[in-house]
Amino acid sequence: MGFKVVHYINQFYANIGGEEMAHIAPQLRDGAVGPGTAFAQVWEDDAQIVKTVVCGDSYFAEHEKEAKEQILAWVDEIKPDFFIAGPAFNAGRYGYACATVCAAVQETGVGVLTGMYAENPGADLKDKVLMVATGNSAAGMRKAAPVMARLALKIMRGEKLGASAEEGYLPNGVRRNFFESKNGAERAVDMLLAKLAGKPFTTEYPMPSFDRVAPAKPLSDLAGATIALCTSGGIVPKGNPDRIESSSASHYGEYSIAGADDLTDATYETAHGGYDPVYANADADRVLPVDVLRELEREGKIGKLHEYYYSTVGNGTSVANARRFAAEYAQKLLSAGVDAVIMTST
Amino acid sequence: MVKEIERTGIPVVHMCTVTPISMTVGANRIVPTIAIPHPLGNPALSAQEEKALRRKLVLRALDALCTEVSEQTVFEV
Repeated sequence: MGFKVVHYINQFYANIGGEEMAHIAPQLRDGAVGPGTAFAQVWEDDAQIVKTVVCGDSYFAEHEKEAKEQILAWVDEIKPDFFIAGPAFNAGRYGYACATVCAAVQETGVGVLTGMYAENPGADLKDKVLMVATGNSAAGMRKAAPVMARLALKIMRGEKLGASAEEGYLPNGVRRNFFESKNGAERAVDMLLAKLAGKPFTTEYPMPSFDRVAPAKPLSDLAGATIALCTSGGIVPKGNPDRIESSSASHYGEYSIAGADDLTDATYETAHGGYDPVYANADADRVLPVDVLRELEREGKIGKLHEYYYSTVGNGTSVANARRFAAEYAQKLLSAGVDAVIMTST
Repeated sequence: MVKEIERTGIPVVHMCTVTPISMTVGANRIVPTIAIPHPLGNPALSAQEEKALRRKLVLRALDALCTEVSEQTVFEV
């Protein structure tokens, strides 16, 4: 007999039922159930699912602690060589359960693997738990199951893992060094030629993906509009009262410009450490154009310059933090009745 | 940050010098500015000329906020 494996699935894949049966507590079945049989086909005699844990998705979400304790107790009894969960595709609770159970089992020293769609909330644990990248629906089972089975067997045998792109797992931040047969210049030219010829090519340095937001409706009445200023250029009241970091900012500042007609070197400066601060320190209007907006306010070209501006330092600041800062102050702008925003960046 | 503001329905214009970054990030209304350390100024000019330059840039940004766009648009000054 080969390696002993325990498999985790939800009520749906155990053929118990859908949402109406999602409340069921963990139960233990003998042998392979549902997707487990697809793994077994690849493994033949090399590995075998001895037990299948079935747990309702809602039960796991609402009783995580109890469910984990029960499953860990079973794993301790069975002493498997490996634990595999899912695949969960884009099912959120199921993906979360697969990832969380795998993380708990992994801590006991048993090897683990799961599979899910990259945007499944469970994939947040991809740096901790090895996960095969799957499609976003169960239609991807035929493709996902053999990849998971082969990768699982490789781990059970103690073989070295290749790169995520070769093995099919979600990139987990672990870098693996290897020698390329062609140098960088040759690879870049090959890639360029492929691109020019409209042929497929794979970048070696994928840019982070940014989502898109549809443009908001334009202003219809500028002369009646309240305009707010925001900046990633780090303009702060002199002395940087909130201690905004010069790089990798952990917070933003909200500052009143009530009564300020002009930002001068006596009153404002920049906290930004990613550009030469001389010009902004001498005259912060060069980054945050308060003087001009006051002028336009007096002339009646705009209704009003909003009393507060929001500022942070966009130097090495993570996308996640920047998103969090702006999501927070956007709500403040909204509830203050601001009609439009000018964001300046250095 | 511009996207988080725009998500609430408030129109936003991004004034920056490195417009390709603004495009990548997903700003929908973009006004190119002067230089990284002084996007809305030019220390080589006299104070008066510099303020006129800043006023021109800000007016362009206000134009952008009043203009309907259906995709990412750079409003050249």
